[in-house]
This record gives sequence, C-alpha cells and structure tokens, in this order.
Amino acid sequence: MMLHSLTSLLLVFLVLANLRLLGASRLNVCIRTVAAQGVALSLLPLLNASGLSLTSFHALALPTATALVKGALFPWLLFRALREAHVQREVEPYVGFTPSLLFGVGSLAVGGHLAARLPLPGGSPLLVPVALATMLTGLFLIIARRQALMQVVGYLALENGIFAFGASVMKEAPLLVEMGILLDVFVAVFIMGITVFHISREFEHTDTERLSALKDWSP
Amino acid sequence: MNGLPLLVAVPALAGLATLALRTPRLRRGLLLGAAVTHAVLTLGGWRYRPAPAWHGWLAMDALSLLFLSLTSLLFLAAAFYAVGYLRSPQARVAETDEDENFLFNPVPEAVFCSCLLFFLGAMTLVILSRHFGLFWVAMEATTLASAPLIFFHRTPRSLEATWKYLLICSVGIALALLGTFFLAAAAGAGADLKLDALLRGAAQLDPRWLKAAALLLFVGYGTKMGLAPLHAWLPDAHSEAPSVVSALLSGALLNTAWLGILRIHQICCAAGLEAFSRDLLVLFGLLSLGVAAVFIIGQADYKRLLAYSSVEHMGILALGLGLGGAAVYGSLLHAAGHSLVKATLFMTAGNLLAAYRTKAVADVRGALTLVPVSGALWLAGLFAITGAPPFVTFLSEFIILQAAVQSSRWGVVVVILLLLAVIFVSMAAIFLRMTLGHAPKQPASATAPGESRWVVLPPLALAALALVLGVWLPAPLTAVLREAAALLGGG
Repeated sequence: MMLHSLTSLLLVFLVLANLRLLGASRLNVCIRTVAAQGVALSLLPLLNASGLSLTSFHALALPTATALVKGALFPWLLFRALREAHVQREVEPYVGFTPSLLFGVGSLAVGGHLAARLPLPGGSPLLVPVALATMLTGLFLIIARRQALMQVVGYLALENGIFAFGASVMKEAPLLVEMGILLDVFVAVFIMGITVFHISREFEHTDTERLSALKDWSP
Repeated sequence: MNGLPLLVAVPALAGLATLALRTPRLRRGLLLGAAVTHAVLTLGGWRYRPAPAWHGWLAMDALSLLFLSLTSLLFLAAAFYAVGYLRSPQARVAETDEDENFLFNPVPEAVFCSCLLFFLGAMTLVILSRHFGLFWVAMEATTLASAPLIFFHRTPRSLEATWKYLLICSVGIALALLGTFFLAAAAGAGADLKLDALLRGAAQLDPRWLKAAALLLFVGYGTKMGLAPLHAWLPDAHSEAPSVVSALLSGALLNTAWLGILRIHQICCAAGLEAFSRDLLVLFGLLSLGVAAVFIIGQADYKRLLAYSSVEHMGILALGLGLGGAAVYGSLLHAAGHSLVKATLFMTAGNLLAAYRTKAVADVRGALTLVPVSGALWLAGLFAITGAPPFVTFLSEFIILQAAVQSSRWGVVVVILLLLAVIFVSMAAIFLRMTLGHAPKQPASATAPGESRWVVLPPLALAALALVLGVWLPAPLTAVLREAAALLGGG
C-alpha cells in the first residue's frame, strides 16, 4: 500500500512538472524541470518491481542509468548548448502561457478519457493518463515554442511520457533493449545540441520560425 | 561461424576504423572494402540461409533477404559513387542556389565515410532484427547516423534540412516506441516482443491495444518512410543532402522503414485484424499518391522532384500491400524496382548538379549534349520511374493494378491511373526540357572535369539491372518474392 501511494506521489510530481514546463518563460527553468521529471521517472520501475527485488543487477542498473542520463547528462548537454550558442533565454512561445497551461489540464482529461477506453491490467490507475498527458505536453511544446532548444526539451518530455508508460508494461523487458533506447535518446540529444550550436553560429539566432528557406510554396 | 552478426559488425567496425585512419586513400579503400564484404556476405544468404543468431534476436527470412540484398547492392554502388564524389572538386563547391555560391567547408571526410558505414550497419541491424525493441533501437540509430550525412555541405539550407530531419523523424520514431510498448501491453504480462513469439500467440493479443499499437507503429515508421501526410522532412533532406546520400536515403532507408510496417502487418494478419490494417494502408497509399502528384506538377527543383516521386512510390508500396492478394507480390517487386531506379536517378542528378551547379529545373538545358551519359541515364530514368515498359517498375505496377481490377476495387483503380497519368505528364515535361535542346553557351562546368567513370558506372549498372529484371526475373528471385509475399498473407 505504501508503495502504491509513493507511485501516486511520483505521478503527481510528473503532472506538476508538465504544468511548469508549459508555464515557464525561461529556458534554464525548463531544462531543470525536464531533468527533474526524468529523475522522478527513473524511480518508477523500482516501485513497480513486485516484492522489491532490489538485489538483482537488472532491477538496479536501469534506474541508475536512467537517472544519470536524464538527470545529469541531458541538462549538462543542454546547458552547454545554451552557453555556447548564446541562445536567448526566453522560450519565445507561439501560444501564450495561459492557453498553454489550459492545454496541460486538457491533456490530462484526454489522457484519462483514452485510459478509460484502454484499460491496462495491473499498475496504478493513474499511470496511463499521466503518461499520455506527459507525451501530449511534449508534442505541444515542440509545436508551440520557437526556440530550437525548447523543442529539444519538448522531445525529452515526450520521451519521458513514453518511458513512464514503458516502465509499467515492460516489467521484464530485456536490459539490452532498455539500454539501447537510452543510448539512442542520448545520442539524439547530443546531435541535436551540436545542430543547435551550428544553427546559432550560421544564423545568429535559434528561432525555428526563421528556418524557412526550404518550402514548395509561399503563402 | 554465423554470418548474421558479421553482417552488422563489418560495417560498424569499419566505421570505427575509418575515424582513426589519416590518409584519404586508405579511408576510401576501407569504405569500398566494407561495401564489397557486406555484399559478398549477403550474396551468401541466397545460397545458404544463415541460422538465427543471438538467441533468435537476429534471423533472416525471405523478407529480410530481399531488403538486405537491395540495401547491400545500393550501398555497393553508392560507395563507388561516393569515392568518385570525394575525389572531385564538386565536394568542395556549393551549388548555385539563388544566392549561395561559395567555397564551403564540408564535414571532414573521415566523419562522412564513417557515418556512411554506421548507416549501413544500422540498416542491416534493422533488417535482421526479430525483436520489436531492437528493431526500434536500430531504426533510431539510422536517423542518428544519417543526420551528419545530410549536413555534409554545412550550408544554412542543409542545416535547416538536418534540423527538420532530426526533429521530425525522432518524434515520429518516438511514437513508434510508444506503439512498441502498446504491443507489449496487448501481449499482456511477461510479454516477449520477438516477432516469432508474437505471431505464435497472436490469437491471445488484446485487439484494442493491438489496434492502437498498429496505428502508432504505422504513423511512427510511416514518418520515416515518407508516407503522406507525414512526409514533411523528406523533400528537404533529399534535396539538401549530397546526391549519393539522397540515393541511399531514398533507395535503402525508406525500404527499411517500410519493413517495420510490414512486420506489424504480419502480426495484424495473424491476429485477425487484416482488414483494419489493409484499409489503413490503402488510405495512406492514396493520400501519398495524391500529395506527390500535387507537388510534382511544376516542381522547380529537380532533386525535390525526385523526393516527391519517392513519396509517390512509397504510396504505391502501401497500396499494393493494402490491396492484398497478388498485389503483395507486386508491392515487394516494386520496392526492388523503385530502389534501383531512384538510386540511379539521384546519382545522375548528382552528375547534373556537378555539371550545371544548380538544382533549378529552369537552368538545366541540353543535358544530352553537355553530359551525354548522364543525360541518357536521366531520360531512361524518366521512363523507368514512371513505370513504362520494359522496366521492372512497369511489371510491378501492372501486377498491382491487375490485382485491384480482379478484386473489383474500381474506385481505387481509377484514382491510381489518374494520378499516375498526371505524374507521368508533369515529370516528362520537366525531364524532357532538361535533356533536350541546346546546352547553355558557357556552362559553369567549363573548368569542371567531364563525367568520370566512378560517378557514371554505378548508376548505369543499377539502371541496367532495372531493365534486365523487367524482361527476365531469375527463378531464385521470384521464389524469394513468393515466400515473402506468403509471409504477408498475399499470393
């Protein structure tokens, strides 16, 4: 029972992190928030493991690696890109902060609705709605923010949501696959960071709205 | 010694070694060597199919053999072409693109060569993997290995293309990861995500979760494959990448993503959701054909034209699978035909780009007189890509249409024929203008060397193969195609 309420607490934390991502106006706040969300996530498999088989290597290796990558490596890479690229500190929204927050609340409702139609046997009943809401938040950030780095943050939130879902269904997932996924996401963020750096050097900004030379018609 | 891990290891290790090598000559030699070794190993699969390796994580069935052979063949041709490209001064000069005409500082050649090899390794892993998790990991690796290749020219436009490619494909593939987890949810507790285990237990899969999983995997891998309306990255990446990379993206990578959709279709068929999956495929297919037709009409950039033509052909592949029956065989044959022809065209486009220094259709005239071999190839490619006889693409499109007629899907038949006609007319208008007529008096290539053998022979060989397969399909190939079609519920 104790573990169950801990899981719920973590899930509530994930939702709060979503709302903060949607409402924050400064990039460094968003980077820290998404990192904290990632660390909170890495605890989920620990709480899900029935009977807390903490002694096994597998049960510990993945949460540790996840926490390290999401909590330490990603913020380091993103802050480095932020520093070297002399990126503007504001997130430059297309969609204002109040509508963004409303979207965050709406995404929870959508998550709940979908979860009701796709019942998942076992696990916390809150998990699927929260995971879906986190994914929707990530997608929304990618679309609604102009800053290239903020889009990377959105991508990470999307990954966090998917990871939350995966942690609940893939209890006996092979370590190889989990590590592979983590490695891929790490390299993706690494390459995105380098690309952001080149964008800022080439264009003297990282506003993706102005990356518009390639198109087939002009409105 | 099992050959399957070797197929992945050879390009991966060669890629690492390339990074360490200092002399260009050695590096290029290693690129060619790895490509040849990979091709020889793949060819071995036709004689004797290797046993599964890594506890069944890697295996080669008829589908893998078909797609692996295409990838390997295309990479071999591309490796030769790449060496020619790196030797020419073309690799150092950006094309005239409105305002861009300057010497630029490309990505170091070692990075380029090793990314090419990593790209091959990742694609091989995708094709051979039997586990949906591993499949996803390898698929994302293909995106990451190819992003620096698109960025090769380091111009603002290629930067923009790389950013879009990275972001759109990563998000798309993230949805495929969610689909993979949904598949695990469908299988219930203790799910084994190996293809064989899922196929065996298909009857027990929860249909609601499986439907959601199939939808997400279609969207995820469909993004990578360039099915409309998820194709946004494709024209940009294909037009800004060096032509040899475009050839690999279009001819090999898109097929690899298509394999992901084929695999989930296999499971849908086994679980009794064949109708759902087929309807979805027909819808995606018709949309892709329609979108491609709209953007091909009056297209001003010939590399973007080829990119939209890829969207069209991916639509035809989806349609063939969606129609079912004999069309599945046609769809698989079409995948082969499209790879050969599209790689030919992109390599030829690279030669035209080297000669004219522009991607604008309006500025290219008289290719037949200025660069005779490439001009002829461009003209032959026009007929091959629009499915004119005697090329293999004619045969495959004919089989697909015939199957549609036999199952009396008249609406689909009419729409396909109409769109194919529109695409043929618009492409013919553009291609003929480019090849015929008088070359500009003082071509920009006055200082550039003529067509070197390195950049002419690879597309010539691929085009010849597309021609030969159109007239004569060897028995082993038809056997493999039939076996693969049977896996997908087709005749």
